[in-house]
Amino acid sequence: MESVLGRYRNLTILVGVLFLQVLGLAVQVKRSADAENTRLIRIWAVDTITPFERVLVWAQNSGNNLWHNYFYLRGVRAENRQLKEQIEQMRLEQVRLSEDAEQAHRLQSLLAFKEQTIAKTVPAQVIGSSGSDLSRSIYIDKGSNDGVGLDMAVITAGGIVGKVLRVYPSTALVLMINDQTSGVGAMLEKSRLQGVLRGTANGRVILERVMSDEQVTAGETVLSSGGDQIFPKGLPVGTVTKVSPGREMFLNIEVKPAADLSRLEEVLVITEKQEQNPVAETAGRVRAADILAQRLPSVPDKPAVDAATAATTANKVVAPALGTNPSAKPSAPVQSTAKPEANQHGVTPSFAKVPSSSTATAPGSTKAVSTGGAQIAPANAPSAASQTPKKTAPKAVSGDPALNSDSREAEGANTVVPAPKTIPAQPKPTVPQPNPQPPATEDDPH
Amino acid sequence: MPITYTSGEQIEVYRFSIPVTIGVPLLALFLQTFLPRRIFSIFDLPLLVTIFFAMARRNPISGLLTGAAIGLAQDMLGPYPIGIYGIAKTVVGYGASSLGAKLDVENAGARFLVTLGFYLVHAAVYFTVARGMVNMTLNWSWSRGIVAGLANAALGVGLYFLLDKFKQRT
Repeated sequence: MESVLGRYRNLTILVGVLFLQVLGLAVQVKRSADAENTRLIRIWAVDTITPFERVLVWAQNSGNNLWHNYFYLRGVRAENRQLKEQIEQMRLEQVRLSEDAEQAHRLQSLLAFKEQTIAKTVPAQVIGSSGSDLSRSIYIDKGSNDGVGLDMAVITAGGIVGKVLRVYPSTALVLMINDQTSGVGAMLEKSRLQGVLRGTANGRVILERVMSDEQVTAGETVLSSGGDQIFPKGLPVGTVTKVSPGREMFLNIEVKPAADLSRLEEVLVITEKQEQNPVAETAGRVRAADILAQRLPSVPDKPAVDAATAATTANKVVAPALGTNPSAKPSAPVQSTAKPEANQHGVTPSFAKVPSSSTATAPGSTKAVSTGGAQIAPANAPSAASQTPKKTAPKAVSGDPALNSDSREAEGANTVVPAPKTIPAQPKPTVPQPNPQPPATEDDPH
Repeated sequence: MPITYTSGEQIEVYRFSIPVTIGVPLLALFLQTFLPRRIFSIFDLPLLVTIFFAMARRNPISGLLTGAAIGLAQDMLGPYPIGIYGIAKTVVGYGASSLGAKLDVENAGARFLVTLGFYLVHAAVYFTVARGMVNMTLNWSWSRGIVAGLANAALGVGLYFLLDKFKQRT
């Protein structure tokens, strides 16, 4: 026996070393199925290597900062001017988008949808990689001391990056989405088809589990579906670059990640998510369209004398007809355009309660017509006012009780007849405004 | 120049100083972790260092222990269970040192072919262990494997000539 071992000494040692490693591997595999325990040897290894990486990254960043912040300032003024213009344009765009978003929130709240939002993120710097082409992971300089935990989503401004696989006190290992063992719930933006995003041996990313009879085109955006309970729904994942028939009945969809995974420097770790009902627009908030109207150029107001005369006359007529006290609306005489009138009546309780189908004679008829006008005006007035305030004024006037009464007084009772005809002509009469616009103030430019 | 050694020829066995023995593998691991992934991810510097030390020492035990140590260290820095690289590099270290004792691995052509071959052996062992034992869903890409093997072999030839300067005759 000894002679056999002596003769095959090298081979015996090889088998022994391999056996020990296989044994160690087996222990790990068995343990990792029970619970996620990080081994001390890993912590030692990471703690040994990461300080050097931190120093190098720090030195590199310092050099870059010195160059970019002190030596490389050519063209900054021009760039600054250009960026300011861009900001102005983006603000206008933001106003429009926020209006759309609020509308979407209102609709979501109507349907009682839950939405998952990013509540808190921790910015982190990439300080290294796993050091192997067969696994695609990175080290970041934030760990459990900074609130980073297992399975937290890691993103950039461009798109998702991966999830936290291991956490150490001051660093964490992030498994990227192009690793072969990763899996991300994803969906196509237009068709809403859902699939699983995986990495390949070549480092590419493919979307699996999409049936071959579905229509998927190159260039389509891929978003996170939220099905993996790691990434919130709707984060950009990438763009479809190639679609080909895959195995069995599924398509092989190649995706170009939205985040440049090979040039990561800074990332965000989503440390806290919130699940909440979408918040609908509250009563006191300023509507985005109003902000837009204020920012856009407008035609100068009418001379104050004309407006004051007209409004004063209107008050004189309306007050007795509706049984309200004219002194309750002291601001009315200074209103000169369509929007303030509409707002004023939009919040008058007696107007809102009168059914639009009322067909009473003279005073009642005026009320019915006015109600319709009052309901429509708040929804349309801002956009109308924002475009051509003076031109829209007559339309609003036709549905306005005060000015209808005014015209009746000026032109005689028969001239009231055209007023009801203008009601159906309003472009968007359908959606009742759940949150009436607050009364316009006197310093309102419109 | 003969490719294989005959009984009448002396085999050159080299040794290295302790700083080189420890520092070069650590440097390889560090560079592998730190260098930008976009360019250097295709290279496996720890593997090249394993092959070099194994071929230079021509001692299978020394080669397999060097491979095991470097592989385990690489495993510790990776996301997968510790031991996959260790096993793969142990086999490579043993094989390279055994081969070094029988073949002339001093010229560039032989080094290129040996490195290419051991890269593929390393990948084969790695995938076998990863899929068979750890049950990982890894897929092998021949195109990627061949390209990576050629790239590593090319880099290895240059690297070996650089490391030759640290050799000490026994």
